[in-house]
Amino acid sequence: MARLELQVNGVSRSVDVDGERSLLSVLRDDLDLTGSKYGCGEGQCGACTVLVDGRPTRSCVTKAASVGGRSIATIEGLEQGGRLHPIQTAFAEADAMQCGYCTPGMIMEAVALLRRKPDPGPPDIAHALEGHICRCGTYDRIVRAVRRAAVTTKGGAG
Amino acid sequence: MVLEPERYELAAGPAYRFEVDRREFVKLLGGGLVVLVARAAPAQESGTRGGAAGSPPREIGAWLHVAADGTVTVYTGKVEFGQDIRTSLTQAVADELRAPLGTIRLVMGDTDLTPFDQGTFGSRTTPFMAAQLRQAAAEAREALLDLAAARWSVDRAALDAREGEIVHAAGGRALGFGQLTQGQALVRTVAADPSPTPAARWTVAGRSIPKVGAREIVTGRHRYTSDLTRPGLWHGKVLRPPAIGATLSALDTGGVDAKRVSVVHDGDFVGVSAPTEAEAALAVGALKAQWKTSPQPSDAQIFEYLRNAPLEAREGDGRGAGAAASGSAERARAAAPIRLEQSYTVAYIAHAPLEPRAALAEWQDGRLTVWTGTQRPFGVRAELAEAFRLPEEKVRVIVPDTGAGYGGKHTGEAAIEAARLARAAGHPVKLVWTREEEFAWAYFRPAGVIDVKSGARADGTLTSWEFHNYNSGAAGIRTPYDVPNQTVQFHPARSPLRQGSYRALAATANHFARETHMDEIARAAGVDPLETRRRNLKDVRVRAVLDAAAERFGWTRARTPGHGHGLAAGTEKGSYLATCAEVQVEPGGAVRVRRLVTAFECGAVVNPEHLRNQIEGAMVQGLGGALFEAVRFADGLVTTDRFSRYRVPRFSDVPELDVVLVDRKDLPSAGAGETPLVCVAPAIGNAIFDATGIRLRALPLVPSGLPRPEPAL
Repeated sequence: MARLELQVNGVSRSVDVDGERSLLSVLRDDLDLTGSKYGCGEGQCGACTVLVDGRPTRSCVTKAASVGGRSIATIEGLEQGGRLHPIQTAFAEADAMQCGYCTPGMIMEAVALLRRKPDPGPPDIAHALEGHICRCGTYDRIVRAVRRAAVTTKGGAG
Repeated sequence: MVLEPERYELAAGPAYRFEVDRREFVKLLGGGLVVLVARAAPAQESGTRGGAAGSPPREIGAWLHVAADGTVTVYTGKVEFGQDIRTSLTQAVADELRAPLGTIRLVMGDTDLTPFDQGTFGSRTTPFMAAQLRQAAAEAREALLDLAAARWSVDRAALDAREGEIVHAAGGRALGFGQLTQGQALVRTVAADPSPTPAARWTVAGRSIPKVGAREIVTGRHRYTSDLTRPGLWHGKVLRPPAIGATLSALDTGGVDAKRVSVVHDGDFVGVSAPTEAEAALAVGALKAQWKTSPQPSDAQIFEYLRNAPLEAREGDGRGAGAAASGSAERARAAAPIRLEQSYTVAYIAHAPLEPRAALAEWQDGRLTVWTGTQRPFGVRAELAEAFRLPEEKVRVIVPDTGAGYGGKHTGEAAIEAARLARAAGHPVKLVWTREEEFAWAYFRPAGVIDVKSGARADGTLTSWEFHNYNSGAAGIRTPYDVPNQTVQFHPARSPLRQGSYRALAATANHFARETHMDEIARAAGVDPLETRRRNLKDVRVRAVLDAAAERFGWTRARTPGHGHGLAAGTEKGSYLATCAEVQVEPGGAVRVRRLVTAFECGAVVNPEHLRNQIEGAMVQGLGGALFEAVRFADGLVTTDRFSRYRVPRFSDVPELDVVLVDRKDLPSAGAGETPLVCVAPAIGNAIFDATGIRLRALPLVPSGLPRPEPAL
């Protein structure tokens, strides 16, 4: 066991973990941040995606000890003062989900995409999200939601 | 091995009749107005309980409560796992009650709070549960009108219900539903009436209302079963056998710290629980078990095996379902100028819901509470009661909105395992199956073999139809085409893998075989596949969707070089559909589906956007099973046990999807979450033939590209 300082959604959190624990398990079980989901444990489905220093990261295959002191953003940190992030709003408005279990991971990946590329076309969006599985098959709607978010934020070119 | 060919068809009736003490409701719900829906237990649902002399048994299907603060709470045993019924049922209630959507809350799938329900499957929510909730809501509205009329001493006819209020326009006054029920303790019962409100009179239903609960999902706040916690929670892990059918011969627990970890060894069940998931995983890894295995068939021999492994006949095995016998298929075939005989196969496939099986179990004073993502909360309650020899009233099953099921979560494996571990540990225990466990130890869509023999006149008109399905099931087995001489039969088999329901059941396999075969008849007759179908179809609803899909697709359009067009049509669970596919075959043999058009008719449409969402999703799921999904197994072990080994559709696989909704406001709504899947595979297969002349008769069609054409001699 070692004491580890994590910067999660702008807040410093101190946890006791052994070096082998995944970031996903620490977020979910130690910090009760259950928005990031377990889907496969091998980085194949994207349900556990969080941002580490702004980069989309599969938290299920990332050791918690490897991200000490780095900035971690999870789905719980997106809403600001009761206001949804434009991507969250777009997912809700475009009905870009069915069971919703993949949604937080998709949204976090899309947040990183729009920061990197504010006006992505549908092929860019699909390419960026290729590592995510939506078993309900709402892929088209997810692309439309991200596109809609790009348009409603300043980056979008219409 | 448990055989579950068509669970909903062989479901037994509820274990007991719900006897309602009206005072209990008022006590439970705290005054206000309660409406109960009493329905006659339908013959197919009542099982052995029916048949008593006198009136048919009645049971409570749903109830609804209007509280003094105006909140409307609806109680239904149905569960939400992505079909958006929380939304569509809310719409139905809002419509009848004339209450704002935001005042309505659904309590779903809680065996202590909601009435008995067989389960959420078979596309039954919309035709049955929505109708019952409409009646409850309509009765509540009438009761509120009565209350207002009495309070104001006016004629009921002068009053209107709208937007959560009873309005007396002439008197210029209005009272909220909540105000009217203050101080009341009213219970009304309404008999379920099978005739639903005509869609022409809907105001809230029939429109695209955004998903109820979407905000909780996009913020990550919604708690699925796997996200729940309880004070003193421990985490569980189960030791899985090395192969199907293995039995435990010895277990050494010496490597486990008994002070930190609880170990359960009960028959062939071995599991551990510990304060953290990491400790539980470590402990289960430290167990030394010896297993005895027995020879098991592998996927390479599966179809031969199924054809030769008939299941002994027993009640409820579904073999009679869908059977047809008319005329003499054999004689008519002998006289037919076109005679075809082909076999079709479908592989086992996995549901792979993104949330694996999960359960949290807690024992308190001899009572067991289990939170779990199941499609059959009452069925799982019965499983738990049986496993722990408890009366059902000592078991409560609660189903949080779940991370999908697709027919794969009818059973209570994780619930029983968590409960067993929790009882031993003296702590609440949460057990979340790993992805590997979900792939290897859940149940599968049945594999199957289908033999078809047909006879047709030279113009493609069918005269003889013989259709035998081995193992996959009877759903959708009947042909919608008019054939005078028919033999149709489902033959249950002993499946080496555990199998059960899968979205659309065997309708996918049966539509694949039938619609591929129809294409083969069309080619043999030299008649266009669309025209061949039309010549054999009297059913106007199938014809309507066939024409709608062909028109939107541009069936008569010239093909792009290297592309092929295919179509398929059918009907299942009261819905009608046709799908057209355009595929592109690349020079190396890779197949890309470029476009899918589905025309769908399920009576009156309740929520057009959510219906489109279901149809699109079903097309994508159908695409996986059509092209590449297959469970591989050898020596009793599933080898496709993770997403890196079992391919499911991803963004890059999704073709252009086009949905044509045929809205029949004059017809009752049928369920629609399953059926749009069934024509995808044959449409794609027929399109591949159109492009290449290669006829594929096995699902998945192209797990590793097209086979190389045999060189011409």
